[in-house]
Formats: sequence, structure tokens, C-alpha cells
Amino acid sequence: MASISEERDRLARATAAGAAAHTAGPERERLRLPYGWGYLPLGLFLLVFPLFAGEFWAMQIGAYTLILGIVALSLMFLAGFGGMVSLAQMTVAGCAGYFFAIFGHSSVEAISLGWSAWLSMPLSLLVATAFATMVGLLASRTEGIYTIMITLAIAVAFFYFTRQNYELFNGYNGFAQIAPPAFFGLDWRDPTLFYYLCLAVALVCYAAVVYLRRSTFGLSVQALRDNQRRMRALGYHVAGHQVAAYATAGFMAALGGLLLVWLNGRISPGTIGVGPVIDILIIAVLGGLRHPIGPFLGALAFVLLDSFAIDLIERERFNTVIGLCFLAVVLFSPDGLLGLWARARDALARSGRPRS
Amino acid sequence: MADVARDPVLDRQPLAPRPLPLTRRQLRVGGAVLAAVLAAAVFCLGLVAGWWQLTGQDKRFIATVLNGLTLGALYFLVASGFTLVFGLMRNVNLAHGSLYLAGAYIGWSVADVTGSWFAGVVAGFLSMALAGLVLQLVVFRRMEGQDLRQTLVTIGISIVLADLMLWQWGGQTYQFIAPDWIDGTVRLPLVGMGYSSYRLILLLAAAVIGVALWLFLNRTKVGTMIRAGVDDRDMLAASGVNVQRIFCIVFAVGAGLAGFAGVVGATALSIAPGEDVRYLLASLVVVIVGGMGSVAGAAVGAVLIGLAEQLGLVYSPTYGVVYTFLIMVGVLVWRPQGLLGRRG
Amino acid sequence: MTMLSRRSLFAAAAMAALAWGAGPAQAQDTIKLGALATLEGAFAVMGQDGMRAVKLALQQHDYMAGGKKIELIEGSSDASPDSAIRAAKKLVEQDKVDILVGPLSGSEGLAVKDYAKEHPDVTFVNGTSAAQDTTLRDPAENFFRFTTDGAQWQAGLGEYAYKEKGYEKVVLIAEDYSFPYTLALGFMKDFCELGGKVVDKFWVPIGNKDYSSIVYSIPEDIDAIYVALGGADAVNFLSQYEQAGGNKPMIAGSITVDQTVLGTKGKRRDQVIGTPSAGPIADAWDDPDWQAFVQAYREAFPDGFPTPSLFAHGYYVSTKALLESLDAVEGDLSDNHAKLREYMSTHEFDTPTGKIHLDENRQAVADIFLTEVAENEKGELYNKVVKIIPQVNQTLGMDREAFLALGAVGRDNPECRE
Repeated sequence: MASISEERDRLARATAAGAAAHTAGPERERLRLPYGWGYLPLGLFLLVFPLFAGEFWAMQIGAYTLILGIVALSLMFLAGFGGMVSLAQMTVAGCAGYFFAIFGHSSVEAISLGWSAWLSMPLSLLVATAFATMVGLLASRTEGIYTIMITLAIAVAFFYFTRQNYELFNGYNGFAQIAPPAFFGLDWRDPTLFYYLCLAVALVCYAAVVYLRRSTFGLSVQALRDNQRRMRALGYHVAGHQVAAYATAGFMAALGGLLLVWLNGRISPGTIGVGPVIDILIIAVLGGLRHPIGPFLGALAFVLLDSFAIDLIERERFNTVIGLCFLAVVLFSPDGLLGLWARARDALARSGRPRS
Repeated sequence: MADVARDPVLDRQPLAPRPLPLTRRQLRVGGAVLAAVLAAAVFCLGLVAGWWQLTGQDKRFIATVLNGLTLGALYFLVASGFTLVFGLMRNVNLAHGSLYLAGAYIGWSVADVTGSWFAGVVAGFLSMALAGLVLQLVVFRRMEGQDLRQTLVTIGISIVLADLMLWQWGGQTYQFIAPDWIDGTVRLPLVGMGYSSYRLILLLAAAVIGVALWLFLNRTKVGTMIRAGVDDRDMLAASGVNVQRIFCIVFAVGAGLAGFAGVVGATALSIAPGEDVRYLLASLVVVIVGGMGSVAGAAVGAVLIGLAEQLGLVYSPTYGVVYTFLIMVGVLVWRPQGLLGRRG
Repeated sequence: MTMLSRRSLFAAAAMAALAWGAGPAQAQDTIKLGALATLEGAFAVMGQDGMRAVKLALQQHDYMAGGKKIELIEGSSDASPDSAIRAAKKLVEQDKVDILVGPLSGSEGLAVKDYAKEHPDVTFVNGTSAAQDTTLRDPAENFFRFTTDGAQWQAGLGEYAYKEKGYEKVVLIAEDYSFPYTLALGFMKDFCELGGKVVDKFWVPIGNKDYSSIVYSIPEDIDAIYVALGGADAVNFLSQYEQAGGNKPMIAGSITVDQTVLGTKGKRRDQVIGTPSAGPIADAWDDPDWQAFVQAYREAFPDGFPTPSLFAHGYYVSTKALLESLDAVEGDLSDNHAKLREYMSTHEFDTPTGKIHLDENRQAVADIFLTEVAENEKGELYNKVVKIIPQVNQTLGMDREAFLALGAVGRDNPECRE
């Protein structure tokens, strides 16, 4: 046991040094976020939120934010820890949603097999995770910035395929009337219940990422991001670790995909088109790639903008606004909204005492 | 990220001119070209001698192959700039498709005002070359060596540009009116069928530009510096060359080529929103297949993808769009660095 | 952009959201009308035209109906069903609209129809979405469509092509998805019954711009080509077909010679002259009602199209029928809009394109215009009205059971090769 903990310490030290070298930009101090009891108000708010919010806020803002956050979290795990910016995470999510519709019930009775949710749920998660693993196998053939191109190409290829294939994916129309299974005898279409379901899954994913960050596996992945050559020399199986990271992130994205298909009640090629694929990247970067809370912050900002932009600005220019926000974050605050928040707090703290 | 660990002294023999890899590559490309020319010659000879008669099916095949080549020519024009920029600056410019579309729109507007198609072509090239220059000077120079951040910036730029273009030019379709002597129908000799003369000119133009690029890279001083930079950026900088100027030139030429391709491509097809993503993806697949940073690779990849797309469209339209990606996957499995790429 | 303005943008968004969330209780003398159209993406031009028409209809009613004020709230999608559902949910659940007009495209319509079933208290009135199954199979009780579907649009075209134009063998070229399948059904039903043959079908992937290889696959022993491509693609096909030496005439789907294509600059436009087509509108119809509509549209929106598009027409007809019904029932929305729905289902409405009424599935029965592309004295292309096919219903004159038995449209349904 001692050897494992020693190794972990060594990795942790290496990663801490590497992170500073890896991440770009002038301000690279460790992100200081509240911990422990600091989260209590937030947790309480998340718990009671649907009780006073209406159906729209619980589902279209709350649940939708959590779902996009989960998918973006899977990208944050890959990109923030592993340095692998995969644009295929929405595709993996869509894959889970599609296969749930295929194995379970939908409006397309000719294709849907009508299996029990207890079977179709794990099966669709399995298929999506296998798909993510294959993406990982392909992407790990090359390194660095290639990943973003290859995963983008895979995402678009899958989008084209689902649009053209009528035998399995029902082509352009996709599937409709997909309901969450009635497990535990409850109607999960109820907005409040569905929100809690999303919250629970999001918390599990969040906890998993927090745990993985300190685990041997997580530390190895982070070390790979910083210096592949050294890790290879140390005897690590580089591609193996990367593929495992893709599979882990893929499972997370698949969970998000299932929730998404339950929220919308439908899935079609448009769900996994170029737009949504890029949106996930925007969300992750907007929120910040250095802490697992980032993707959820990014998702909240994105969903609020997406829903209410039409009341504030001319909806036609929504993409310009979101694109400029994204650019501003990338150019001026590499840690996203999280970084902004940390900086704002630091500035406040500093303003109290004389400048050094 | 990988560059940090690269050791120029251990990895390379600094004094050896390394003639062999280049020659081998040239041999490979030359061999392929020679084989194609020979096959075409035998085919024409057969037609003249009357060894075989062409059926409607054959004509369709010939037209499809010609279309594949012309589409490949267009893809080459777009992708060569993309691959050059990547090779030198490690900058994955995901706004490259936007440059294509912006060049086409601006070229169209200029052609509309001046009434001259050629003015449109020139405007397409110049406007995007300028845009490339500005991008390099204002944005990318500030984040040199930060691959990921540069790429994210290009994504942001492409989102904003696409929306601004939609604002300015709307969702309608534009078509160029090329001069009649370019844009007509020629009866192909021997084969005996009508074919777009514009597409043949496009093919020729791409070949000329390809050769010009090759000469520029291999026979001029700046070109030599660019190649040196592609091979080893740090060494080039260390040898006292003004790397910034080289970067600017390459970005301007690459972006200008995209704008040029926008105008000539839109003359063969048309301009509409969404084409930016299409040509970005084509460029991505072409350079992944051909090998990042290699202009010859872009040519080979472009022809392969162009042919696959056209043959797929005619003989298996349902999944035609997916085949190009299968080629990409195949290449990644077999030769991750691309057909003519070298391991980084 | 400074840090401050970035933060304040988000703050503004969040605060606006909260303000709306806690909005005032709905006043009794106001009816909230949601209008959903594609205001983003490549379909934005069409969505904007649809939205213009909603506003035109409301202006003509002084934003009043049945003695109540009408408050318009806009919603936007990007033509994907997911975005349409999100926008519809926001309008219904957040903005609390009583009635929703929209959406624009077929797959959006199917999605919104499904959603309508979850909200029986809201009345949904279609915009221009023209998928068959929105009303044909598994319709929603509270979804009303005052516009016609893709198959209805092509009514009479098959017969005209066969009898008047003398075309017996044609090939079909269209994009590979449900809407063109539906158009093809409308054309082929008559054409095939009369003895015409569609010897080959070229379904090209959506977004394909290059037809240069396909044009060489078109056999030479045909009489015409049935082209059901959208704007950009039709233009491309035409020029490439011409370059390959093709000279067969065209028969066009409703979307092919719309405003976008007729307005396209370039020499290829001459090629479309003489092309027969059919659809729910004809730009240059000299009927006074239509002309009055065109005039009103032009006056209200000088920056719009020269004549209202198919999308403006659809949204206008839908909104106008809705407002007239509200007038008739004096704005009574009690008991899940029972009176309003009853009135809309049973009455006949005057529109700029003739009389319409709804069938038992709340689907419009309307006149369809058979047109041929011609050039006017100013050198502009327009759709000359050849004939009006009166009161086309959704089953194209067939018995409902028999029509349903034909099955859902697809790549190979219907078929009449040789």
C-alpha cells in the first residue's frame, strides 16, 4: 500500500508543477474556491429551488443546465485533466439517447424494440461508452491539437450517418415520444422529480470527478497531459490511460445524454449537429476548465442567455453575442467565469489593504 | 505541448541536409502522378484506336472522376493554406472555413459592383489575405505556443463571423456570373460528352497554383525559411530570421488562398450560409489524410477526398457523405501522421 | 470588451430572467399570443418573413380581437425540432401565452404537435410547417393547421404534366428527407395513376451543393425532370445540368421556384422559364384579394420581399383565421378555449388565396395554384397562374382509409418505375 501512496504523492507533485507549466496565460495561481461549509447555501438553494420555481424554471432552466453541465463536465474531465479536447462528447451523449430510443419505447414502433427500461438503460449506456472508447482509440493515435480535429470530424460523421440511416436511426425525423422510465413507481416526467433526478446524477458525476482528480488514475492522466514523453519513459501505457479517460468521460456524457432525451422527449440528428457539439465546448470553456464546478456555471450562463436573449436583444444576433462572450473569455480570462470570480474576489480582498 | 520535449540536437543531425526523406516523398508523389498520366494516356490511345466503345455508364464514370478531380482541386486550394499555417505555426485555424465563405461573399459584392468577375477573384484573395494578416498580428501573435487557446479563439471567430455574414448577406443564395468564355460547355474530345469548361479551368488553375506553391516553397529564400520553420521553428528563430515576418506571410498567403478558393468555388457551385463548416470539415479531413503541414499531402488528400465524395454521391448516395470519414479513420489507424506526413 | 460589461451582461440576463419569472398575474382583458418562427440560422430570412406576416395580420386588427388586447411575444428557433420545442416551452410555460402560432418547418411542426398534447389548455395554430403527419396520423386535439401540407401543395401538377405538357417518363431529384418525400407523393399520385413513369429517383444528401456527377446519371430518353430541391440547391442543379449538356425541361416542387430562386441573379434563371409547378400561393395572381394582401405587405414592410413569400402567406393566413375566430367568439377562452376551437373547426375563412376550412383532423382544405414560370415585361420572373385546383383536401380526394393504407412516405414510397 505504501508504494501506491508514494507513487500518488510523486504524481501529485509532478502534476502540480506541470499544471503551472501547461496552462497558459499570465495569471496561473491556484483557483481558490470555497470549500466545506461554504457550499452549504448553494446546496440548500439547489435543493429547494424547484419548490418555488415553476415548471419552466425547474425543467428548462434547472434540469437543462444540469444536463448540459454533465456533458460539459465530461469534456472538462478530458480537457482539463487529460489535455484532450474532445468535441465528440455531445455525440456520445446523443448516442446514449438514440440507443435508449432504439431499445426502449418511442413513436417509431417499427424500430424501437420496446424493451424494459431496466434493460434499455444500461444497454444504451454501454453502447455509448463503447462508442466513446472507440473515439478514444482513434484520437489517441495522434496527440495534442489533432484531437480537436479528429473528434470534430467524428462528431460530424456520426451526425451525417444518423441523418441518412433510416433502418436504425430513423434518419432526418429521429425519434419522438420518449419518456423517462417509471422506476420506483414514480412519474419522472414531473418537473420537480425530474429536476431532482438530474441533480442527483450531476452530484454523482461531480463527486466522481473530484475523486478521480486525486486518484492514481486521475493523477496519471494529468501527468500525461503535462509530459507524455516522461510518462512513457516511466513505463506508463500512454494510450491505455487516454482511452480509459475517454471511456470514463464517455460514461458521464452518456448519463447526460439519457437525461437529455428524457427532458426533450425526442432525439433527432439536430440534437447532435455541429451547433450543439460546439455549444458544449463553449459551455466548458465559458465556465472554466480547471474545476468541475466550471461546466455547470458555464451551462447556467449559456442556458440563461439561450432562453432569455430574445427578450433582451434581437434574437437574430444571438450567435454573435455568445461568440463574443466565448472570445472574451478565451482572450482575457482563460479560467472562464470561475477565473473571473476568483479574480474579482482577490481584487476585493486586495482593495482592503495597501498595494504591495 | 509536445514541442517542449523536442530536442533539436538529439533528434536531428543539424548539419546534414537530409536530402533522402524529401526525395522519397517526391518519388512517391511523382510515381503516383506518372502512373495516373500513363493510365490516362493508355485510355486515350485505346479510344483513338477504337479498342473500346464508351457506354452511357462509362461516360458517367468519366464525368464523376473528372468531377472528383475538380472538387479535389477546390479542396486543395482551401486545404493548402490550412496545412501551411498549421505546419509553420501549429495553429489549427478552425476559422479557415469562415475565410473561405467571407472571401466568396466579398468577392461577390465586388464583382456585383464592378461588373467584373476577375475583380471579384482578386478581391476575394486580397481581402482574406488582409484578414489573415490582421488575425496573425492582432490575435495569434499574442498567444504563440498556446495551441489550444489559439484553436479556441479561431472557433470563437468562426461563430461570430458566420453570424455577421448572415447579417450582412442574409440567407439567400448567390451565384457568380463568370465571363462566358470561361463558363461554358466543352465537348470533351474522344469521350464525346459535354463538360463544364469552368471546371476544367479550375483544375488547371489549381495545378498551376500547386506548382507555384511548390516553386515558392522550394526555390525562393522565403520558401526555404518557411520549410525550415515547418521542420523546426525554434532553430529557425535561433538562426536570426525574422520569424514574425515569415508567420505573417504564410498566414496571409494561406488565408488569401482560402478567399480565392471561395470565389472560384462559389462560381462552380454557389454561396450560402453553412458552406463555411462544409469547407472547414473538408480541409480537416484532407489534411488529416494527407498529413498535417505537407502541401503535397494536401494535394493527395484533396484528390482522394474529392474522388471519394463524388463516386460516393453517384454510386451510393445514401452514405456517400460518410465515406470520406471512413477514409480518414482508415488513415488514422494505418498511418496516424497522414499519408505524406512525418512523425512530429 | 471589458470585464465590467461582460459581467453586467450576465447580471442583466439573470435579472431579466428573474423579473420575468415573477411576472404579474395575467390580466383578463389581454390575450397573450406567442409567435414561433426560425429567426436564427440559415432559415432566418424565411422566419423573419413569417414574423412580418403575423405582425401585419395583428396591425390590420389593431392588436385587438374579440374585444381584448392582443399581446405578441416572439419565439425563435433555428429550424431544428429541439430548438422549436425549447422556444415553444418558453412561450407556453414561462411567458404563459394562451395561443401559439408556429412553427415554420416540417420536423418542427411534428415536434410541436407532440408537445401540444402536454398542454391541452393552450391552442396551437400552425405557422407554415407542412409535414403530413402533423395532422394526418395521431393528430393533437388542440393543434390547428390553416395551411396545407406538402402533398396538397403539389395537387394537380402530375395531371398537368402528363396531360397538358405530355410528359410520360420523368426522373426525380430531391433532397433526402421527409419533406421532399411528401412533395413527391403529391406529384406522383396523379402522375402515376395516369400512366406516367418515374424511372429513377435521385435522393441527394441534405446540404449537397454539387450535382455535377448526378446530372450525368440522368438518362436521355426521358421527357422531363421533377426537381424538388430547396433554394440554393435548385440553382446549383440547374447550372450543372446545363453545363453537362442537359436540355430536358423541369417540373418543379413548390419550394423550387420560390422567391429565393426567382430572385437569384445569374444567367441560369432563363432556364426555369416554362417550368410548371404547384403550391399554396402564386406571386402574380391578379385576384383583388391577393393583390390587396401584397399591397398591404409592401406598405407595412418596404424592406421585405417584392411579394410575400410562402412563409409570409402561411403565417398571415393562420394568424388572420385565428383573430377572426377570436372576434367571433368575443375572446371567450374559458373551458380550454372550447368556443374558439369549435369555431375554428367548423367555419369557413376568407384568405388572400381563396376560402379555406378545416377537416376533422383540424387540417386545412384549400385552393392550390398551378403555375408556370414566365417573364414579365420588366424582365422579372414570376409564377404565372395557369389554373386553380379548388379545395384540395389532405387525402388528395381519396378515401381517408385508402389514403392511410398507402403508408408513410419514404425513399421508395410511392413508386412507379416501369
